[in-house]
Amino acid sequence: MPALVINGTLRSFDCDERTSLLDLLRNHAGLTGTKKGCDHGQCGACTVIVEGRRINSCLSLAVMHDGDEVTTIEGLGTATDLSPLQRAFVSHDAYQCGYCTPGQICSATAMIEEARMGWPSAVTDDVETSPELSDNEIRERMSGNLCRCAAYPNIVAAIRETAA
Amino acid sequence: MTNTLTMDKPDVRNRLDAMAQGIIGAPLDRPEGPLKVVGTATYASEWQLPDMAYGVFARATVPAGKVASIDREAVLAMPGVLAIHDDPRMLVNPAQGGAGKKPLQDIREIHYFGQTVALVVAETFEQATAAAKALKVEYAAPDDASVFDPESSAATVEHGPDTQRVQTGDLDKAMADAAFSVDVTYTTAGHASAAMEPHASIASWQGDQLTLRGSLQMLNYNVAELADSLAVGQSQVRILSPYVGGGFGSKLGVGEDSVAAAIASRELGRPVRVDMSRQQVFETVMRRSETRQRLRLAARADGVLTGIGHECLVSNLPGEQYAEPVTQATEFLYGGENRMLSVDVARIVRLCAGSVRAPGEAVGMQALESAMDELAEKVGIDPVELRKRNIPAIDPSQGTPYSSNTLAKCLDAGAARFGWDQRQTQTCATREGEWWIGMGVASAARVHKLVEASARVTLASDGTVKVETDMTDIGTGTYAVLGQIAGEMLGTPIEKVSVCLGDSALPAGPGSGGSWGAASSGSAVFLACEQIRQALAKKFQGDEEALSLKDGIARLGEASAMVVDLVAGKPIVGEGTIKPGETSKATRQASYGAFFAEVAVNAYTGETRVRRMTGAFGIGRVLNEKTATSQCYGGMTWSIGSALTEELAFDLRDGHLVNHDLAEYHVPVNLDVPALEVVFVEERDPHASPIQAKGVGELGICGGAGAIANAIYNACGVRVRDFPMTLDKIIGGLPD
Ligand code: FES
Ligand code: FES
Repeated sequence: MPALVINGTLRSFDCDERTSLLDLLRNHAGLTGTKKGCDHGQCGACTVIVEGRRINSCLSLAVMHDGDEVTTIEGLGTATDLSPLQRAFVSHDAYQCGYCTPGQICSATAMIEEARMGWPSAVTDDVETSPELSDNEIRERMSGNLCRCAAYPNIVAAIRETAA
Repeated sequence: MTNTLTMDKPDVRNRLDAMAQGIIGAPLDRPEGPLKVVGTATYASEWQLPDMAYGVFARATVPAGKVASIDREAVLAMPGVLAIHDDPRMLVNPAQGGAGKKPLQDIREIHYFGQTVALVVAETFEQATAAAKALKVEYAAPDDASVFDPESSAATVEHGPDTQRVQTGDLDKAMADAAFSVDVTYTTAGHASAAMEPHASIASWQGDQLTLRGSLQMLNYNVAELADSLAVGQSQVRILSPYVGGGFGSKLGVGEDSVAAAIASRELGRPVRVDMSRQQVFETVMRRSETRQRLRLAARADGVLTGIGHECLVSNLPGEQYAEPVTQATEFLYGGENRMLSVDVARIVRLCAGSVRAPGEAVGMQALESAMDELAEKVGIDPVELRKRNIPAIDPSQGTPYSSNTLAKCLDAGAARFGWDQRQTQTCATREGEWWIGMGVASAARVHKLVEASARVTLASDGTVKVETDMTDIGTGTYAVLGQIAGEMLGTPIEKVSVCLGDSALPAGPGSGGSWGAASSGSAVFLACEQIRQALAKKFQGDEEALSLKDGIARLGEASAMVVDLVAGKPIVGEGTIKPGETSKATRQASYGAFFAEVAVNAYTGETRVRRMTGAFGIGRVLNEKTATSQCYGGMTWSIGSALTEELAFDLRDGHLVNHDLAEYHVPVNLDVPALEVVFVEERDPHASPIQAKGVGELGICGGAGAIANAIYNACGVRVRDFPMTLDKIIGGLPD
C-alpha cells in the first residue's frame, strides 16, 4: 500500500504489489501523461523524475517508492502555463504523434540538471571538466528516449534553446 | 447540399493563393501541441471508464496446427480472473489497409508463431497479465510441414497482382545490345512500423451500441471492418481515435485488440480495455516483407536507359492478397523502352505482411537507386547527371503525361544546398582519422493518390470556425493543416479555428494512409469552405470569386461588412466532398525528391555513421512548412534505419520473430540522426487536388537508404547489396 508524493501531493494507493510505478500512475493515479511504449526499459516513453533523477517508471515497482517524490509530465506545467521546455517543444515542433513527448520532456528536464552538475556522458571528451551541452551531448544523453516519428532534430533544437 | 467535386479536370483556379488571410503554408505551431507536451492528449487506452476490466492476450508457441485444449479451470480460479475468450470471431491478424471488411478470423487455428490464441480478462492489469501467462494451451500438430524461408525451394511462389506486372519490348536484347549494363540482385530485410504507442482498445456497449476507443488510422474503413468482424451493423459501431501515437501503416486496419475487447465487453457487460504488449505488436501486427530484387539496367554510351528490369520476390502468408508493391515507382521514374517489372510472392509461415510506411517505394527505391549508382560509375558520369538524363517526357509504362515532375529541380536544389560539387569521384579519396568519408545521392519518388473525402465546416455566429471530419492525426499535422485551410478560405485568424478529428460519427474521410490524407481531407475542407464563401457572397449579391475575407472582415467590390454581422446569429454550415476522377487516369501523379548523404565508415570496424543528410522534395503545395518539414525528417530518419540497423530476424526453424522488441529491433535513436536539411521545391499541381497539394508523409523514406549505400561505396569502395548495411557486411571489403 504505497504512499507517494506525486507532483507535490501525498497520495496513497491500494494496489497489487506487482504494479509498476508506470501502471500506478496510469491506471491508479489517473495520470496518463506518462506513456507506456515497451514496458521493458527500452524506449523511455515512461520517463518520470523520482527524487530528482530521471528513471524508467516501467522498470520499477510502485511499492519500492513508498515516500518518494515523483514528478510526472503533469507536474511540469499545464496547457495554459507551460514550462520553458514544454513551450520550446511546441514552437520547435519537437514531436509529431506526441506519444514519446512526455518522456522526452521529463528526461530532458532532468538531463539539463545532470549536465549543469557536470556529469559526463559517453561522448564527453574530457570527463574532468564540466561538459558543454553541445548538440552531440544532447543527442547522446537523449538516446534513451526513442521517437519513432523521429522528431530528433527538433528535440535537440528545443533542448538547446532551453538549456542555453 | 454538399459541394462535391470530382477531379475530372485540373483545377487551375488556384484559389488558395487568391485568399487574403495569409496563413496557408505558414510554419504555425500545432494547435494540439500544448495538450501533447503536458500529457493531457488522450490516447486509446487512457480513457478512464468506470468499472473497466483488463484483457491480456495469450500467444501461440507453435507456428501451425490447431488449439486442442485450453486449461480454463486453473486460470479461472486465479484471483480476479473474469473470463477467457477464444471466440471464433477473434482475429488472426489485423485487416489490411482499406479492406473495409473482416480479415481472417478464428484464432483456434494457428497460422503463425506468436498469433493470439485467447484473451484473458481480469479485474486488474496485473491479474490479467499473470493469468494470460499461466494459461496452458495444448496444440494438435498440423497435417503438412510448414515452410518458413521464402528462399526455400519448398516454398510455393505465386505471381503478385497483375497490376504490378509490366512487360514491354525485349529486355534481354536490350541488355545484350547495351553499351553499359548492370545486372545485380539486392535484398532488403523485413521491417516493423514500431509506432511508439502499442495497439490498444477500450470497448464499451450501451445496449446494442458499441463505442470503441482505439488507436486506428482509417476510421471510415475501420467501422466497416469491426462491424463485419463482430457480425453487427455498421450503425452500431462508433470509433474514437482523436490521438494516435504513431501508425506508419500498422494501424490502418482493425486489429486483434479491437475485436477481442468488443467481444469481451459485450459478454461481461463492462468496459474492457485490451493493451497489446510491445512484443505482441511485433509478433502479430503486419511486417513489411523482406525482398529480393533483381535489377537490370541497359544503357547507351551516354547513360540513357534503353531497358529496365525490376523483378522481385516478397513473401506473405498463404491466402493473403497483399504483396509489397516493390516496383511501384520503377514504373514511371526512368525511361527505357524495354521494361520488365514483376513481384512474386513466396507463401510462408510468418506473421502477416502488410503496409509499413511507404509500402513498395521504401524498399524498391533504395535498391533501384543503388543500381543507378552502379550504372553511373560504369558510364563514367556524375550520378546526378545520369538521373537527369533519364527523366522521361511521359510516363514510360502508361504513356500518360506527368501531372508534374520535379525530379530534376529537386536534384539541382538538393545538390546546391548539400554542396555536391565537393564530392570526390574516386572511392577511398577522403580519410579523417580512422574514418573514410563519402557522399551519395538518390532520387525519391512516391505515388500520389487522391481518395474520396468529406468534411463539414461551421462558421458560428461569433465568427469562430469549426472543422469536422473522421480523419485522424497520427502525428502528420492534420489538426494544423485542416485548420489552416479553413482559416485561409474564411479569413479567420487561426486562434478562432478549431478542428475535431478522430470520431467516426463525423463526415467520412479516407484516413491517414498512403500519404493521401492532407490532400484529400484538405480538399474536402476547402470545398466546404467554398460553400460558406458562396453563402457570404450572396449576402452582398455578389460573386464568390470576388469575395475577400480577412481577419473577420468581408469585402466585395466597394462593399464591406463584419463576417459576424453577415452571419447574423445563424451559423453557416458548409459540406464538401472530393472524389478522384479522370485526372488520376489521364496523368501520372507522384511526388519527387532527391537525397544527398555524407557518411563516415570506420576503417577498422566497418561501422557507418551518417554525418549529414539533405532532402529536396516536390510535394505540390506545402500546407504547413513546419509540420511538412517534420514529416520529411521522419522519413529521412527511417531511411537511416533501413540503411543501417532495421531488420526483422526470423528463426528459420519455426518462423518466429526473434527480435520482437525495441531492444533488439533497432530503430534510430537520437545520436544516430545527424543534422538533417529539408528543402521544398514548391509547385502547384492542379491535377493532384483543388488545393494543389500532394503527399509528404512517406516520400522522405523512398530512396534515402540508397543515398547512404552510395555514400558508403564512395567512402570506402564497398558495395553492399544487402540492407541493412551492418558492419559485418562492410568490414571484409575494406581497403587495408
Ligand atoms: S515503457 Fe518504460 S522504457 Fe519503454
Ligand atoms: S512524437 Fe511520435 S514517437 Fe516521438
